Amino acid sequence: MKMKVLSAPYLVWMCVFIVVPLIMVAYFAVTTDNGSLTVQHLADVGQYANIFVRSIWLSVIATAICLVVAYPIAFLLSRMEKHHQGTMLMLVMLPMWMNFLLRTYAWMTLLGNNGIINYLFGLVGLGPYKLINTSGAVVLGMVYNYLPFMILPLYSVMEKIDKSVIEAASDLGSNPRSVLFRVIVPLSVPGITSGITMVFVPAISTFIISRMLGGGSNLLIGDLIEMQFLGNSYNPHLGAAISLVLMAIILVIMTVMNQFSPDDQVLI
Amino acid sequence: MENIVSLKNIIVEFDGERVLKNISLDIKDKEFVTLLGPSGCGKTTTLRIIAGFIDPTSGDVLFDGERINSLPPHKRNVNTVFQRYALFPHLNVYDNIAFGLRVKKVPEKEILSRVGEMLDMVNLRGFEKRSVQRLSGGQQQRVAIARALVNRPKVLLLDEPLGALDLKLRKGMQTELRRIQQQLELTFVYVTHDQEEALTMSDTVVVMNNGHIQQIGSPTDIYNEPVNAFVADFIGESNIVNGSMPKDCVVEFTGRQFECVDKGFSPDETVDVVIRPEDIKIIPAENAKLTGIVESVVFKGVHYEMIVDGVDHKWTIHSTKYEPVGTMIGMHVDPYDIHIMKKTKEDEGTEL
Repeated sequence: MKMKVLSAPYLVWMCVFIVVPLIMVAYFAVTTDNGSLTVQHLADVGQYANIFVRSIWLSVIATAICLVVAYPIAFLLSRMEKHHQGTMLMLVMLPMWMNFLLRTYAWMTLLGNNGIINYLFGLVGLGPYKLINTSGAVVLGMVYNYLPFMILPLYSVMEKIDKSVIEAASDLGSNPRSVLFRVIVPLSVPGITSGITMVFVPAISTFIISRMLGGGSNLLIGDLIEMQFLGNSYNPHLGAAISLVLMAIILVIMTVMNQFSPDDQVLI
Repeated sequence: MENIVSLKNIIVEFDGERVLKNISLDIKDKEFVTLLGPSGCGKTTTLRIIAGFIDPTSGDVLFDGERINSLPPHKRNVNTVFQRYALFPHLNVYDNIAFGLRVKKVPEKEILSRVGEMLDMVNLRGFEKRSVQRLSGGQQQRVAIARALVNRPKVLLLDEPLGALDLKLRKGMQTELRRIQQQLELTFVYVTHDQEEALTMSDTVVVMNNGHIQQIGSPTDIYNEPVNAFVADFIGESNIVNGSMPKDCVVEFTGRQFECVDKGFSPDETVDVVIRPEDIKIIPAENAKLTGIVESVVFKGVHYEMIVDGVDHKWTIHSTKYEPVGTMIGMHVDPYDIHIMKKTKEDEGTEL
């Protein structure tokens, strides 16, 4: 009973800021300006299939790169002496102390046609290359911004893997490679799935990164939604419909992901 | 019988601290060897050197006559039963036991029959699909043993495997382990701090303290002929008093002289006199050399444990005879039950 009372503020918060807005989004998506029901907006989403495909594709690539980069980092971190782990973790978190926008602006100046990287290339007689306003720059921005969200869940799972279990595997004849694939990877699956979720979801819905690093040619779903509410093509009904479809896609992907998680560690 | 594992002049240092101080040990084929000692004595370190998890700072590790110092654990023909079992939490009982065989790419059909044999041996038929996290301590223990033995190692290393089990289960597993060792004709190297366990199971007991080997011998040798006061005290309870040897076969302690059977000490050399509590017989006080007042009596099941205040020393006595607290009693010890030991400094090993 007491627990219920204590959780009341959170329940109210949830209703006002999550459930009600969700209902509003759904309502906007299936009505016209004068309030009559329609599926026209949802049908219109189909026109933007190429943007959906691009968004999913770029965030899948970014998530995959994050996983490949973060896995060895997290593993090394988890096997370090306890007192070194704190320092290293702080280094991982450090970029997150700085504003997201500023970090992305920094990449704009680095990658620009007259930016530092092209300047350095120029010194050795190369370039200039077109770095900014490419899909590669968008992926780079995603990886850079979301990498800590992959490292942290991986680290927290790996840190709990008992050293003696790893020793047991090598005692039973596993070489280091086989220890990795037979023991460490299977035991870090919960970290892998939650890391993927924490990178993929913000990456697929971002609009800042694509706007700043992708130029006009790399429009993502996030940009599309923003344009319906704040841009020239003002159409909140269509925006709501796109949002709804995006949520559905994320929900499906997460459900698939959960199939790989142990039963007691389902994420949603 | 030939030596299967030999350690030669092993020294191990961690961060400049010496954990093993020049250890040499030969383990014979098909032998049940127990490394016995208090925590921090270096017994687990010794075991981990044989397994390959620790590289000795200096010294040689020989397996079947070959030097294996630099051979990584996965290439050694030994398997370990870990202290907290270290089962793979993501695998069920069957897959845990099959792990080593799968790594070696043994055909699944053979795995099925070999894992089956192991399940029979450790009495876990029907548990194949069970998650190891849902097993009791004793069951996890048996999975750990099966997982190691299924690989048919020449040597099985066991690191305090029964430490987490309750007394009754532990006794049962002791007999079980001994049976398995004899049935499969394997070499077992067993680490424990429990002296009773060591005496019950082993062919050879290696008593360690402070990074030194104190004594190597059969359980009866170790119990009856401890080489120094540490071993005597660690193997079962002992009364240890300071004494001296005025001449051969005579020892003086608590101000009186007693007949004994030890010789070869220099005149008036100071020694440790060790007497087992069960070797002290209670006699009438009038005609006794040693007397004392019963200070406490505790019923221990088979015997009473009495603390007797003899002015110079408090004697521990195990006797089936009950004497009430406050009684003046006499104590008698037969000459061959008085063990004389050279004094050793805490930190030193005994020359063997």
